[in-house]
Amino acid sequence: MEKGSLLLKGGLAEMLKGGVIMDVTTPEQAVIAEKAGACAVMALERVPSDIRKAGGVARMADPDRVTSIMKAVSIPVMAKVRIGHIVEARILESLGVDYIDESEVLTPADDCYHIDKRKFSVPFVCGARNLGEALRRIAEGAAMIRTKGEPGTGNVVEAVRHCRIVLGEIRALCALPEEEVAGFAKEHGAPLELVQKTRELGRLPVVNFAAGGIATPADAALMMELGCDGVFVGSGIFKSSNPAARARAIVSAVTHFRDYKLLAEISTNLGEAMPGLDIATIPAEERMQERGW
Amino acid sequence: MARCIGVLALQGDFREHALSLERCGASVREIRTLQDLDGVDGLVLPGGESTVMGRLLTEEGLMEPVRALCRSGMPVLGTCAGMILLAKTLPEFPDQPRIGCLDISVVRNAFGRQTDSFSTELAVSGFGGDEKGQRTVQAVFIRAPIVQDTGEGVEVLSCFEGRPVAVRQKNILALAFHPELTPELCFHRWLLEQ
Repeated sequence: MEKGSLLLKGGLAEMLKGGVIMDVTTPEQAVIAEKAGACAVMALERVPSDIRKAGGVARMADPDRVTSIMKAVSIPVMAKVRIGHIVEARILESLGVDYIDESEVLTPADDCYHIDKRKFSVPFVCGARNLGEALRRIAEGAAMIRTKGEPGTGNVVEAVRHCRIVLGEIRALCALPEEEVAGFAKEHGAPLELVQKTRELGRLPVVNFAAGGIATPADAALMMELGCDGVFVGSGIFKSSNPAARARAIVSAVTHFRDYKLLAEISTNLGEAMPGLDIATIPAEERMQERGW
Repeated sequence: MARCIGVLALQGDFREHALSLERCGASVREIRTLQDLDGVDGLVLPGGESTVMGRLLTEEGLMEPVRALCRSGMPVLGTCAGMILLAKTLPEFPDQPRIGCLDISVVRNAFGRQTDSFSTELAVSGFGGDEKGQRTVQAVFIRAPIVQDTGEGVEVLSCFEGRPVAVRQKNILALAFHPELTPELCFHRWLLEQ
């Protein structure tokens, strides 16, 4: 019998595909998310837009918050650790969370290195803005990738940009003559073996979700249209005026992302979306997407 | 003409099932709406989250038509979440929306959380193999369910640690594990041979 293998870690991500992973901060929110059709929840101390407002150092959630959410729902529960914080990750693993997000939403604990995720039995998801970054995370053992986007903004533009960059670079890689592949790996700072595997598959070797700024059913459907396998919604649900209705609508939008009549119907009378932020108004040093190496 | 197998594509690993079926020579149709069910010769209920698929099946008006197809004798394969959707009894979640036409009682997440997920070799009856009629397959269990109890006419094809993980009742085959994540094709071939 084998446990903690890449097949099992990536396997759970395969089961999440076509689904919506929702940020929650209380057991009550987790139940609302589960009832609305979330395929997993992310247990957090604060949603990204509140982290942005609060400033200071954002850390792993209180273990009691995470376990109370795990008890409240039957779907997988994820939780975030700071980039490079090996011990926060070991603590969450000991609690039995189903997935760890080594996340730029929290304040990085290490300004040079990410966690060696191969040493853990719990699977990890990591953010990426380009193919090189995605493949470096996979080399470290990430079993799932998501776009970084710009969390807590309700502005989808950065998620779209990161998705187009990753998928565009894969298309470019597939079109290269064989002798240029090693040069491509060097240029992108990615291990050659993973570059070759990506070229062979024509896609990332792990599941690839969208995250960072998704606020409406149409945003979620857009990310699916661009080729993502599913979406994370952070502040977008519980910072809107009607979280339960918006959550349900985003779940339906991800499944039926090309059914535009249905999208029109489910986008109707949802109330106010979360307040949005123009990326240009965020100073470069406050952009979460810049975190990670 | 290749037989057309419908794969429920509301959520989960429907792409992996489609790839396995294509390798067996089937033509595959993703099922998201009622119209998609027209003319399919078999049906796959994939892995994923059973709560999500249950909600979307109800909302799309697919629950009753899929139930009717199961009862009509059409071959149906359910893996993991698919097994949960097929189960007549879910003692811990009696109100969870599901198809419920396979006479088994199922416990969700029976082995624990993700860190308890495992893969193992498993002997399965009814799909060829050695002189005892058993085939050894690689079985991937991810937050997997288990069959607690079986009704009359339900054949247990494989057990793990004494508990059923593969069962069949006439035209319906349910597995607690994920053959679609491995090169194993015997279960998908079964769908085409019915």
